[in-house]
Amino acid sequence: MYEIVEGFLEAIRLIVTLDPDVMAIAVRSIIISLTATIIASLIAIPLGAAINFGTFPGRKSLINLIQTLYSLPTVIVGLLIFLLISRVGPFGFMRLLFTPTAMIVAQTVLILPIMTGLTISALSGIDPVIRDTLRSLGATRLQFLTNILKEARFAILATVAVGFGRAISEVGAAILVGGNIAASSFASSTRVLTTAISLETSMGNISQSIALGIVLFAIALGVNLAITTVQHR
Amino acid sequence: MVKRTVYAVAAIMVALLLICGCTGTTTDPTPVEKQQLRIATTTSLYDTKLLDHITPIFEEKYNAEVLVVSAGTGKALEYGQRGDVDIMMVHDRAREDTFIADGYGIDRRVFAYNYFVLVGPESDPAGVKAMAPEAAFTAIREKGMAGENVVFVSRGDASGTHSKEKAIWKAAGFNYSADVQGSGDWYQEAGTGMGATLTMTNEKEAYTLSDIGTYLAYKGDLKLVTLVDEGDILLNVYSVMQINPEKFPETNSTIAKDWINFLISDDIQKEIGSFGVDKYGQPLFYAAQNDWEKIGVAEAEVKNPVA
Repeated sequence: MYEIVEGFLEAIRLIVTLDPDVMAIAVRSIIISLTATIIASLIAIPLGAAINFGTFPGRKSLINLIQTLYSLPTVIVGLLIFLLISRVGPFGFMRLLFTPTAMIVAQTVLILPIMTGLTISALSGIDPVIRDTLRSLGATRLQFLTNILKEARFAILATVAVGFGRAISEVGAAILVGGNIAASSFASSTRVLTTAISLETSMGNISQSIALGIVLFAIALGVNLAITTVQHR
Repeated sequence: MVKRTVYAVAAIMVALLLICGCTGTTTDPTPVEKQQLRIATTTSLYDTKLLDHITPIFEEKYNAEVLVVSAGTGKALEYGQRGDVDIMMVHDRAREDTFIADGYGIDRRVFAYNYFVLVGPESDPAGVKAMAPEAAFTAIREKGMAGENVVFVSRGDASGTHSKEKAIWKAAGFNYSADVQGSGDWYQEAGTGMGATLTMTNEKEAYTLSDIGTYLAYKGDLKLVTLVDEGDILLNVYSVMQINPEKFPETNSTIAKDWINFLISDDIQKEIGSFGVDKYGQPLFYAAQNDWEKIGVAEAEVKNPVA
């Protein structure tokens, strides 16, 4: 009990004094996860719309597959990406392993299935009356999609929130493709909040771990506050 | 309203992508043209923070950036085999030999050594204090299998420490996979780094084999004590080697060689030999420089700079 309390106090101290290590790790986490979420959104939302409103053979199986991928273990994604970008792998020439870029790629791939699937769910819940109204008003394909997305914006933004949450809480893939490096420069380091928490915990630095945990939670709170504000406008 | 949001999001996205474009890849030439050195090392070495201590000196001297990935010895060698790192710093001579024989590693130098220790609860239920390592292991297994409250926690992760543990079991006359692994609840495999294993052992009030460096670094947080620390088999030798540029031509071999020579240089050998004294009262490592006979390697391996 004492340890936890001490941890909280140390956490507050680290945050209030803007401890440079903690701040660097926090900023890096935000950059990596936000970028991954944005890229995944740009892919998943149109893709989800296309699948939802499309008619093609195997559509149901595809949706099935996407939902199955929700259960994809993150460490498997990490392993796959690792094998692809390792120097002996097909994309080894890009020298991506152990870089923040690799982590963005991994997180994007990780959250794509869930964001696509939830987009499909969100869109399929739109009142068919609205769809028919749009069509009968003569909407072009683009206008149709834009307005449907507007209608479903609450659920779609919820999807983005889920995607971000998944990305920033990722540990397994982050360690595998990032290496949890604490280098002297900000750009070359790949230590983020989750991997740092993992390391500090295994080293027995409880207060540092709790501090990082609080920072992660605060970031998640901030981002979701922003999303909720947009959702309810 | 939604339009404004979309523009805002797009603007943020572009901004972030620009930031990431500048920070993401490591192959962009930076204004200060810093070379990057990637090192894979074992958790036993990394957790002691020796590298945190000496890399800034290297970075300053050679205008380089050192990126250290910490994994078990097995994983570190795997990274080397795949060409994902330039340097390996490990402590498993047998596997290093194979690695070199297979043509993946070259220019091995020994830069430090210390000893493994068998740590356990002060109450010492297996009564192994001051025994020889092989005898202690035998006693732990005997009492453990007899159902007395004796547990041994293994690294279980193909690390250098794990290899040493297996070597001791073998020296004690046991067949690891038949007599030890999976032979009962007394033998538990942590599958994790040294620090985490020590923490687990502490929680379970069990025994484990640890390198002295990590143990001392964690001692303040542990209730475990050193029970066996003497025995030739406990010698723990740390080597550094670079991956073979013939196998991976794009590797930055120059800076890798600089690192190896840096480690065996007089100044750094002194740093290594004195690391931890002010904090723990004893050094975490011994410099290999003058003790090649003691640790059983050729003089060239501790003294000769790499060409």
